[in-house]
Amino acid sequence: MKIDEAFGIHEQALRLRAARSEVIAANLANADTPGFKARDVDFAAVLRQELPSPVRLAATQPGHIGNDNGLVAGSQLLYRNPTQPSVDGNTVDAVQEQVAFSQNAMQYQASLRFLEGRIRSLLTAIKGD
Amino acid sequence: MSSFKVFDIAGSGMSAQNLRMNLVASNLANVDAVSSSTAGTYRSRQPVFQTVLDQQNPRGAATGVRMTGVVESPAPLTREHAPHHPMADGEGYIYRPNVSPVEEMANMVSASRSYQNNVEVINAARQMLAALINLGR
Repeated sequence: MKIDEAFGIHEQALRLRAARSEVIAANLANADTPGFKARDVDFAAVLRQELPSPVRLAATQPGHIGNDNGLVAGSQLLYRNPTQPSVDGNTVDAVQEQVAFSQNAMQYQASLRFLEGRIRSLLTAIKGD
Repeated sequence: MSSFKVFDIAGSGMSAQNLRMNLVASNLANVDAVSSSTAGTYRSRQPVFQTVLDQQNPRGAATGVRMTGVVESPAPLTREHAPHHPMADGEGYIYRPNVSPVEEMANMVSASRSYQNNVEVINAARQMLAALINLGR
């Protein structure tokens, strides 16, 4: 077993959770900005794409399409369907975003817990006691 | 690991809502500031919010919000006949600001709730980061 594989899916999941928390935080920060469209990440789709080959483009110039951790590409940064569109064009539903943020935070903690378990297993194997 | 921009993003939201709250306070404080001319009368001030987009990221990810400016409400001023008022003009009229206290109170509640939302985001993000730091202990 390679050490990279020891953590399995949880490393990517953790980074994606962190990226998603930024997206939702931006939604909440722009809750009163006219014309702002709430966005979110299709978690399953991004993770599926990431898993088989995490090969990324190198961003060597400021103008290059960066990999921002390779996870949240523009095509996967989708727009939320508004439940109650407002007159100023803003589609942020603060309650919905709060729920999404806390859900994401819990799942982040869950990923950490899984990683913790893997690390403990590895430590047990290394120490042998 | 990303630089964990959540704190910056929520911070920009708090800062913007704070400025909005200042404008509400200014509007409410000047609600009775009468004047003797239309030009010299206080007009209700409203913030203009704009999304800050990530310059390095051409995909249009938002990285916060900022207040780009303040506009004065174009609503008409109230002209009142008060010949004995010290500020009355030659025809005996005074001008009252176009501030609507009811609107400003609603604005204040909205700003305060949005501010709290951002504080909650920071609290949750802090817990996430603390858990990450303690990973493997």
